Order: sequence, then C-alpha cells, then structure tokens
Amino acid sequence: MVDEKTCMYCVEKVIGSFYNERNFTFCNQKLEMRVEMNYRNLLKGGLAAAMAFTMAACGSNSGSASGSTDSQSSGDAGKTAFKLGGSGPLTGGAAVYGTAVYNALKIAVDEVNAAGDVQFELDFQDDAHDPEKAVTAYGVLKDNGMQMSVLTVTSSPGAAVAPLYDEDNIFAITPSGSSLAVIYADASNKTGSYGNCFQMCFTDPNQGSASAIYLKDHADLGTKIAVIFKSDDNYSSGINDTFQAEAKEIGLDIVYTGSFTEDSSTDFSVQLTQAKDAGADLVFLPIYYDPASLILTQANGMGYAPTFFGCDGLDGLLTLEGFDTALAEGVYMLTPFSADAPDDRTQNFVKKYKDLYGETPNQFAADAYDCVYAIAQALKNGNATPDMSTDELTDILVKQFTSMTYDGVTGESMTWAETGEVTKAPMAVVIKDGVYVGAE
Amino acid sequence: MMKNFISKLFDQKLRSRTISYLLVIIAFIILQIMSSTGGLSSLLKSLLVPVCCYTVAAIGLNLNVGFSGELNLGQAGFMSVGAFTGICVSGVLASSITNPLLRLIIAIVAGALIAAAMGYIIGIPVLKLQGDYLAIVTLAFGQIIKSLITNMYLGFDENGLHMSFVENKVSLGAGGKMLLQGPMGATGTQRIATFTIGVILILCALTIVYNLIYSKSGRAIMGCRDNRIAAESIGINVANTKMLAFIISASLAGAAGALYGLNYSTLVPNKFDFNTSILILVFVVLGGLGNMTGTIISTTILMLLPELLRSLQDYRMLIYAVVLIVIMLVTNNAFLQTKAAKLRESLIKGKKGAKQS
Amino acid sequence: MAFLSYLINGLGLGSVYAIIALGYTMVYGIAKMLNFAHGDVIMVGAYVTYFALSLMKLPVLVSVLLAVAVSTLLGVTIERLAYKPLRQATSLSVLITAIGVSYFLQNGAQLLWGTSTKVFPSVISNGALTLGGLSISYLTLITVVVCLAVMGCLTLFINKTKTGKAMRACSEDKGAAALMGINVNQIISITFAIGSGLAAIAAFLLCATYPSVYPTLGSMPGIKAFTAAVFGGIGSIPGAFLGGLMLGIIEILAKAYISTQLSDAIVFAVLIIVLLIKPTGLLGRKLSEKV
Repeated sequence: MVDEKTCMYCVEKVIGSFYNERNFTFCNQKLEMRVEMNYRNLLKGGLAAAMAFTMAACGSNSGSASGSTDSQSSGDAGKTAFKLGGSGPLTGGAAVYGTAVYNALKIAVDEVNAAGDVQFELDFQDDAHDPEKAVTAYGVLKDNGMQMSVLTVTSSPGAAVAPLYDEDNIFAITPSGSSLAVIYADASNKTGSYGNCFQMCFTDPNQGSASAIYLKDHADLGTKIAVIFKSDDNYSSGINDTFQAEAKEIGLDIVYTGSFTEDSSTDFSVQLTQAKDAGADLVFLPIYYDPASLILTQANGMGYAPTFFGCDGLDGLLTLEGFDTALAEGVYMLTPFSADAPDDRTQNFVKKYKDLYGETPNQFAADAYDCVYAIAQALKNGNATPDMSTDELTDILVKQFTSMTYDGVTGESMTWAETGEVTKAPMAVVIKDGVYVGAE
Repeated sequence: MMKNFISKLFDQKLRSRTISYLLVIIAFIILQIMSSTGGLSSLLKSLLVPVCCYTVAAIGLNLNVGFSGELNLGQAGFMSVGAFTGICVSGVLASSITNPLLRLIIAIVAGALIAAAMGYIIGIPVLKLQGDYLAIVTLAFGQIIKSLITNMYLGFDENGLHMSFVENKVSLGAGGKMLLQGPMGATGTQRIATFTIGVILILCALTIVYNLIYSKSGRAIMGCRDNRIAAESIGINVANTKMLAFIISASLAGAAGALYGLNYSTLVPNKFDFNTSILILVFVVLGGLGNMTGTIISTTILMLLPELLRSLQDYRMLIYAVVLIVIMLVTNNAFLQTKAAKLRESLIKGKKGAKQS
Repeated sequence: MAFLSYLINGLGLGSVYAIIALGYTMVYGIAKMLNFAHGDVIMVGAYVTYFALSLMKLPVLVSVLLAVAVSTLLGVTIERLAYKPLRQATSLSVLITAIGVSYFLQNGAQLLWGTSTKVFPSVISNGALTLGGLSISYLTLITVVVCLAVMGCLTLFINKTKTGKAMRACSEDKGAAALMGINVNQIISITFAIGSGLAAIAAFLLCATYPSVYPTLGSMPGIKAFTAAVFGGIGSIPGAFLGGLMLGIIEILAKAYISTQLSDAIVFAVLIIVLLIKPTGLLGRKLSEKV
C-alpha cells in the first residue's frame, strides 16, 4: 500500500520546504483564519506522509515489537514463558517513575528467567500517566496476550484499568499505585474490592496514619507540625487527608497546612515562611522527592531548619543528580526500602541497577523488582504453567498471594489481605552523613 | 424522484454535509461488523469512545475557530465541566434510573447544558476581546475551571448532596458515595458510555453545526469573522452572533466531556488541562478550519497515530512530533504543494508510459 | 514586614517570568506568532548550563555564554526548518507547528538526557542582604538586576540600532518594511536568535532560583510567561517586564494571603479582570481598526 516511492515523495516534500525562499513575498497575512484547508489535499499529502512514516516504522520494528526485554530473554523463552504485562509513564512529566519501574522490571525478569524455575516475557507499555492512555495500553496488552500484569505505575491510571482487569479476570499487582481506588471499586467506603488487584506498596491512608502515630511516639523530633503537600496529586493529598484525621484523633499539634500544585511547584517561599512564622519545628512532607529537594534548598536559603519528615516518596532524595546531600541531613522518612540496606538482596539489586542504568534505584524500582519476584514465587508454588488459561492462572495467583509470605527488597515477610492490601513493616530512616541510618 | 434526491445530496451545496454523514455512518457500520465478528482488537475497541468524544469536542471547537474566527484555548475546560457534571448526574441517578442508556443520555444532556451555561458566563467577558487576548482569556478560564474542580468535594447520601470547597469537610451518612474528591476527581464511576451513543453524538453535532452554518445566523457568524465592521454596518449584532457560536461550541464540548467521563471508571481534573485544549486545537487545524469532515478524519488519525507508533517504544512521541510538523509544512506551504502536484503528475505519467511500452 | 518579604519574593519570581516573557513578546511583536516552543528552548538552555557547570566544570559566565550560543543556534535552526516555510500560512498553522516543535524538544530531551530530575548546582551564594530586619537573598537581587539589565539593553537595541529600527518597521507593517528595502526574512531570523538567546539567560536565572532540571521544565514557566506577556500587552517590551513582575507578585501574595490551593485560579482571574479593563494589556497599544 505504501511503497518506497511514497516515502521518497514525502522526503522530497520535506527537503523541498527548506528551499522555498524565492516563493517568499510579503508576510502581511491577516490574523483571521479564513483559509479553508482542502481535506483532499490533506489526505493526499499529509496523511500519505503520516501513513508512510507509520507503516515504515511498523514494518522495520515489527520484529522486535513483541518482547520488550532484550532479545535474549524473550527469544529463548518461547512458548514456555508467562506473558507479564504492565503500563506506566515512559513519556511526559511523570516519566521518571515509569522508567524506574520499567528498568527494575527488566532486571527482575532477566534474573528470574536466568534462575530457570519460571520464565517471563515482559510487555510494558507507555501510558503517559493518563487514565485514557492506560486504557488503550491495556487494550494493547490484551491483544498481545497478557496473562498477568504489574498493573500501572501511577494511581489514577491504575484506578482506570483495575475494573478492566477485574472484568477480564487477569491477575494484577501494582508496584506503586498506592491509591485505594486501585484495589476498591468504591474507594471512599473501602468496599467492593476487586479481588484480583493487589498492591506492593502501602496504601496512601496507611502511610498517613503510620506517620502520625510515629510522630506521636517520637515527640523529640518536634511537636509543632507543619504540613506541605501537593494538592492536585492523589498520593500526596491521600496521605495528607488521613494524616490530618489521625493527628486530630491522637492530639498532634498541627500549626500550619500549606499546599502547592503541579503548576506552582517551584516557589515554596510562602509556604516555608508561613510554617516558620507559625513556629513549626517539624515539617511533614508527604510528597515526592523532586519538589522536596526544592523545599529543602529554599528552606536552607532562608535559614529555616526544622526537622523534615516524609514518606516513601522522599526516597530518591540522595540519588538526585547534583543534589547537595548536606541539605538532606537529618531528614526522616518512613519507607519500606532503602538503597543502602546491607542485605545481599538489596545490594545485588542496587548494584545491577547502577551498572545498567547509571542511577541508584528508588522505591518505585524496588517495588517493581519485588512484584516480579512475588509473582514468580506464587507461580512456582502454585505449579502454574504458561499454557494455562488466564482464569486458572488468576485463581492460582490469588490463592497464593493471600496465603504466602514473601521476602523482598522492600520488606521481610510480606503478606496480602484478600482486598489486595499489603502488610509489611515501614522502617523509619534518617539521613546521616549522606546515607540512610535506621531510626528508632 | 429518488435520483433527484441523491443528486441533490451530492450537489455543490450539500456535498460536504453528505460526505461527513456518510463517512461517520460507513465507519460505524464497518466497525460494528468487525466488532461483532471479533475482528476488532482490544486496542481499537478502547479507542472508539474517546475518538468520538474528541471528535465532538473538535467539531465544536471548529465552529468556534473556523467559522467564528475566535482562537479558543480553553475547550478542555468545557469538556471538564461536562464530564464532571455527567459523572455526578449519573452517580446521583444510579439508584433511581437503572437503565444505563437513559442515564447516559440524561448525563450527556446535563453536561451539555451546564457547559453551555458556563460558556455563556465566560463568553460575556471573553467575546469583548480580540485575537490573542481572547485566546489567553480562554486559556485562563480553562486553568481556573481546572483549579476549581481540583478543589471541589461533592458527596451524596440519602439526605441529598453535600459539597465543600478547598478542604474535604464532607461527611456522609451510611450508604453515601463521594462523587468528586478534589484532586482525585471521580473514582468508581459506572462505565456506561457506548460507541453507538458516541456516533449518534457525532451525527447530532454535525447536524447542529451544519444547520447553523447554512442558516442566516451562520452567515452572520462568518460575516462577523470576515469583517466585523461591515457586519455591524448591515445590522448584525456581533456580540450575540459570536455568543451563539461560543455557546454551541461549549455545549458540544460539554456533551463530549460527559460521554468521556462515563467511559472511564476514574477521571482526574488534571486530565483537562492546557495540553488537552491544545490537542483538540491540533485536531481542528490539521483537519482544516471550517471543514468538519477534515476534523473527523484528523481526530481519528491523530488518536490512532501514537498507538500505531507503539512499536517504536522510546521514539514514539518524537516521531509523532515530527509527523505533526511535517504535515503542517506539507499542507501549508505553497511551494511544496506545487512541487508535490508536479511530482504526482510525473509519477502518473511515468506509470502510464510504462504501461504503454 | 512579612508583606515586604513576600513582595520581594514576588519580585524574584516575577523577574524570572519577565525575562521569559521578553522572549515571547519579541517574537510575537515581529513574527506575529505565539512561539509555544519558547519554554522548551529554555529547557534546553537549562540542560546546557547544567552540563557546562557540573560536568565540564566551566565558570558560570562561560557556561551561560555557551548556553546562550547553543540556544541561539537552536532557535535559528527551529525557525529555519519549521517556521520559515510557513511565512505565508495562517498564524494558526504556525502555532500548531510550534506545538509540534515543543513536543519534539521535550521528547528529544527525554531521550537524550533521561527522565530523572537533575539538580542545578548552586552557583550564587545562598546569603542574603539584610536591610533593617528585611532580608533579600542575593539570588533575588541578581535576578532582578539581570532582568533590568537585559530589558535595558533590549530597549536600547530596538530604539538605537539600525537592526532595531528595521525590527520596529517589520512589527508595524511587513509589506511596507519590505518595500523600504528591509529583508523581512532576515529580521525575523534575528528576532528568533535574540529571543532564544534570552531564553538561555532566563533558563540560568530560573534554575539558579529553582534548581531542578527536567525535560518538561519549560512548559509551565512558558505558559506563565505567555500570560505575563499578554498581561503587559503582547508585543511591548516594557509591558512584558511589567507583566512578569505583576504576575510574580500576585502569585506570591495570593498564596500568602488567600489560599495556596487557589493561587493559580487567582492569578488567572486577575489577568482576566485586567484584560477586561484594558483589552490590550497594561502597556499594549490600542489597535485602530480600518474599515
């Protein structure tokens, strides 16, 4: 349909456009947009170009399209491999989280495949942190014959596709989609759990109340608490809601609550000034590490030095390229994963990740790594084989997940409830001399 | 008689209309057949409804940009209003109206009406401005709508609706349901949108827009666009005329939004940001200003393109950007177009020559 | 006192907006197009400065100059490849092309430099000037001073040089300018070069104040600066400066005294009100209509 000639013809057109000066007369074009574009021209010219690009692209890449891992792992896996799907933001503003998860998934899948008990074929699609794209990505995954999935990286896409996984009865465990809406159909009442959607990370409410209780028990960190959260973010406002509720119940003194949005996530002078003026000696930051790094820098700039306390989103602070770790000195966080943990499992993972991608893995990556191992363990224990139907596989996996205990890089002896929520112990860590130290 | 009717459908005056309707109907029939025989991939199935939604919103925007000549950068804001209205209406009526189709239609109508009302309120200040100032004010309204919905909490229980703003103070009785939860938007929405309704919505949008532009008010709209002063001098009320186009555009976006909102189990207010407005604008401009058939085609192609490019993995959006630029260059450059026409001629001649010899 | 310190913070933020808005407004004034890719040129400038400072360990001034050079080159290339063929097309087509370029730069940056945030090294000392209990950080001071200097130079250039005169002629009437022997095409290219060079300076100031470098860095400041340019009267250089400052101050004051959550809505509401009172912005010229 689209042959080489058409391709060449498009290229001609593009090249031609660079030499059109002699056609230039006056450019007093009116602002009115009256010119009607002839759609036939568009069809013949533009669409041909678009189609040609598309087809050419598809044609040249169709060979390597199916397996997203390197050819070695998908190549010799053949029909004996489980199709593991998943989606996350690989483009756009949230791409950093999706990329971390994708990288870790590739490492884990390669390791599991090399170990030999269970073979995976990874199919990870881009959803640009958009529920709409996540649903189309789900369509792609389903077309590719996915048998189980790591759901999505972020919460709102997860909430959009979870009911689809439920409908098609495909097992899914999200590494980092921490909102309740990922596992419950009715998140506000915590009812109607999907049953086949699980979480590797803590739910947001869980983190909020755990933080409040920790601060109550450790009054030496600070008693006058300020909260700065990101109001248009699921994760952050989810934690903030339960933190505030729990704090009221157990009598924490919250002196200031400030927020920011995606559109105003650069300047924190107002929030910090007001927290300082309110006399806060502890600032709770239920946010991700990139805005947190700006908050730390700006607080330092204005000579404000309270204790900063955050949740798992803060992990990654130390690995920010170019970040002055002295600024993070004395920052506390409740996180299930720390890249400096001395155990072999963590060290092996961190080293591999660093070697391959030149960065220290954050908790997103760690949770994703655990997802693959947890699924592998469940498949092995349940004696599942790749030729089983998805219904059978889902049955086995759900049964295994609700009964097994799993040890991973984000915690020891994790268990899952039937609702899909994970139980693992969050660790409090404090940054001392640029490394994490366990805090009591 | 019959022949007369058909030839009338394809004469100069009605041709573009007929082509638009035929295109939509034929596409619908083909897709329905494919879907019933199982030949439709899950990917395409998941794209059907959103394509319909964006098409309707883009048809509305084309009325605004193409016919009325107002650059509107806030179309997503109206979609947002329609979407969350639709979700709330559907959520509230879930127990009283069990027929999903009826509920969907009521939600779409409600979305369209509320968006039209917003269009009216916003139109009063917006249409006093011109050119890029008008564009920036529509952009500003889009941002304000987003920001307001991000801070809105709405719940529903047997005592009726409960609303709070900025902070979540809604406490619901037993069996209550949160409809809007600030930044989390709506979760757990029943997915009642269907492709058939989407296609019907497109056809309705086309009917409304075509009837408008071929009517007296339509000519007035174009008159105001081409020369406001001349239009004023022959007694056209420019403010009212532009307002009409603006409201219809907004209500189409609202209807599209309602359908969109009810197609997903979750919707966050951030979805309808500046980028979505721009996306719809891209559909309109690529399809051709004032050309509804073009809008339908370009929306479909541009929605499909990123999906077809999935195999390129990392380079997908890069290629998408390049394609966008190249299409704009190819379709808008006079030099390129003449060059292309010549090339095409010589190709055809070449083929004929080859056949003869 | 608190009010004054907010005001100073607002000035600092506003100066960053202002310097980005200058680039927008120049291009708009002469080419009559909304260059939505401007924010992304800033992003590229930020990356170049970052690499120059932290990897090549170049001195600050050299890094900024390097970034200016790269951005200028980029701006001119974009102009030549993507905008020049569209001189006779409608302004909307150019707008869409600009959006395409913006997507291209963002995704290209993501492929080249990765998605993770890089922290801009702190090059300006963290100290503050204390004036009777009021502290003004050196950063804010430098930002405001650089912004004023840039605006001064630009005003001089536009008003005193021959090229500047040609630019003014082009913005007035391209047809007449061409008849007077001005190479309109060249003038537009020069405008793009200057605008993109300014973007690199803006990138440095932006990142010195808010030290995060990531591929979508430019989009939000881009939109805000566009707003600022319109606020002040698009096409007007002092207008862009004033608009930027006002926008920064309103944003900070809205956050401080009304609500941190609604500050964006308030900024845009103020913009709408201003435009209703002065439909061509604060310092924009009223366009006379020809019948």
